[in-house]
Amino acid sequence: MSKFFEFLNSSVGRKWLMAFTGLFLCLFVLVHMSGNLQLFKNDGGKAFNQYAVFMTTFPLIKVVSYVNYLLILVHALNGFYLVNKNRQARPVKYAGAKSDASASWSSRNMGLLGTVLLVFIVIHMGHFWREFHFVPMEAKQYITKIGEIPTEGTPFDTVITIQAKDFKEPRHYTINQQDMSGRMATYEVVELKDLYGEVAEAFKSPLYVAFYVLAMIALSYHLAHGFQSAFQTFGIRSKTYAPIIKGLGNLLFAIIIPALFAAMPLYFLFIKH
Amino acid sequence: MSGNMNLTLKVWRQKNASDTGRIETYPAKNISPDMSFLEMLDVVNEDLIKEGKDPIAFDHDCREGICGMCSMYINGRAHGPNKGVTACQLHMRSFKNGDTIIIEPWRAAAFPVLRDLIVDRTALEKIQQAGGFVSVNTGSAPDANAIPVPKWNADEAFNAAACIGCGACVAACKNSSAMLFMSAKVSQYALLPQGKAEAKMRVTNMLKVHDEQGFGACTNTEACEAECPKGISVSNIARMNREYAAAMLAGE
Ligand code: SF4
Ligand code: FES
Repeated sequence: MSKFFEFLNSSVGRKWLMAFTGLFLCLFVLVHMSGNLQLFKNDGGKAFNQYAVFMTTFPLIKVVSYVNYLLILVHALNGFYLVNKNRQARPVKYAGAKSDASASWSSRNMGLLGTVLLVFIVIHMGHFWREFHFVPMEAKQYITKIGEIPTEGTPFDTVITIQAKDFKEPRHYTINQQDMSGRMATYEVVELKDLYGEVAEAFKSPLYVAFYVLAMIALSYHLAHGFQSAFQTFGIRSKTYAPIIKGLGNLLFAIIIPALFAAMPLYFLFIKH
Repeated sequence: MSGNMNLTLKVWRQKNASDTGRIETYPAKNISPDMSFLEMLDVVNEDLIKEGKDPIAFDHDCREGICGMCSMYINGRAHGPNKGVTACQLHMRSFKNGDTIIIEPWRAAAFPVLRDLIVDRTALEKIQQAGGFVSVNTGSAPDANAIPVPKWNADEAFNAAACIGCGACVAACKNSSAMLFMSAKVSQYALLPQGKAEAKMRVTNMLKVHDEQGFGACTNTEACEAECPKGISVSNIARMNREYAAAMLAGE
């Protein structure tokens, strides 16, 4: 055991810790992004609101999300420790350093990019996560006629707003009642906290959207270095695989994921308002 | 001679280890483009001596790129603007008439400045002494093929052994990390049968000393590889990361 801690405290071990937590967070970012794609659905937020309930109640996911918060902390604290330690390794700076001639900007600014992301995470969670968990929020009642092909004029996919004070917990039930033509029909009723509405409301502010987009640019640069760097740290590097890891990693983690994330606030600001 | 250049040097001057030091400006007059960088400094020093001033102190020995002594940071780059050369192999034709050249010593907590451009690189030797050797006497050169070594391993070990311990990797690294140097030493032995026996001990002892000497932790910026005059590859660092984790986490 002492050897394990000696490892973790060594400069190489701390890199391993950085790489391990970082790769886990890459995976989280991937899942988070794919789930959030439901914001783009034109269904009054039903799918997204259902997804929010699932993510916060399904036991396995709850466990994973707490592990995730912990690893964010470990990644950040270890990062600050290393930045500080590495600064001490060069007490006197060069007068004329041309650092960009030998290393990429993102690789040299991981601490800065990480700090931007940490601030973003705090603000992001302090907003949506905190409000979803602890603040009464407006809810939506989604009513869908089932069991029969809907005829014209029937209330199909009705959305009714429930005041925050009237909403207790998510519900899912069916009712039988007359439809508009007077025949009996079955309706599925789903009542959910309207996180979607919260999101749509928040992204009406151009300043807030700008902040989100900026954070996603930071994410892009952070992962452009971070993802492939983790493999180098684990010693997974060969002439064949290094370009593949770099290429695919950059495509997915530095371009596709941050771009789709950034598209969400922009979508609410410019298209869905 | 035609084509000779006049340059302005901004050089770090520091009397001794406890002096704070400062950048001073000197003219370098009538410099031939065929001179090496160190020859240019020799010319400037002659002028300084004639003026009754202290010449600029700098380390040098072989002047042909194999001893690793000529440590200097030239215009913001370790060993100057060219790839794959030491300062002694840098020629003045890489500069233009009228250029200003900033010359600084290696900057790292582990490399204290002794005087002007001369730094103490004992810390690298300490890492080497911690494990960069094979303990047993392996005798005289064995017959060819007596010990089978795959060609690939031989080549990789040879490439790693090309490290001249100049410290440019530390100087260029934003973290002042000596991982490239250390990984070259680790690799040159780990890849060969004679060195394998002590591989675990070697990498753990060397890393311990590396960290103790005040070198930073590697963040894979790969500036070291870009600035190394001997083209040592960061794949050696990957190998060392593997070796170290295996030594610390697996077995016993
Ligand atoms: S790895 Fe390259 S830069 Fe570093 S000490 Fe060896 S030769 Fe010099
Ligand atoms: S003086 Fe020997 S390498 Fe430059």
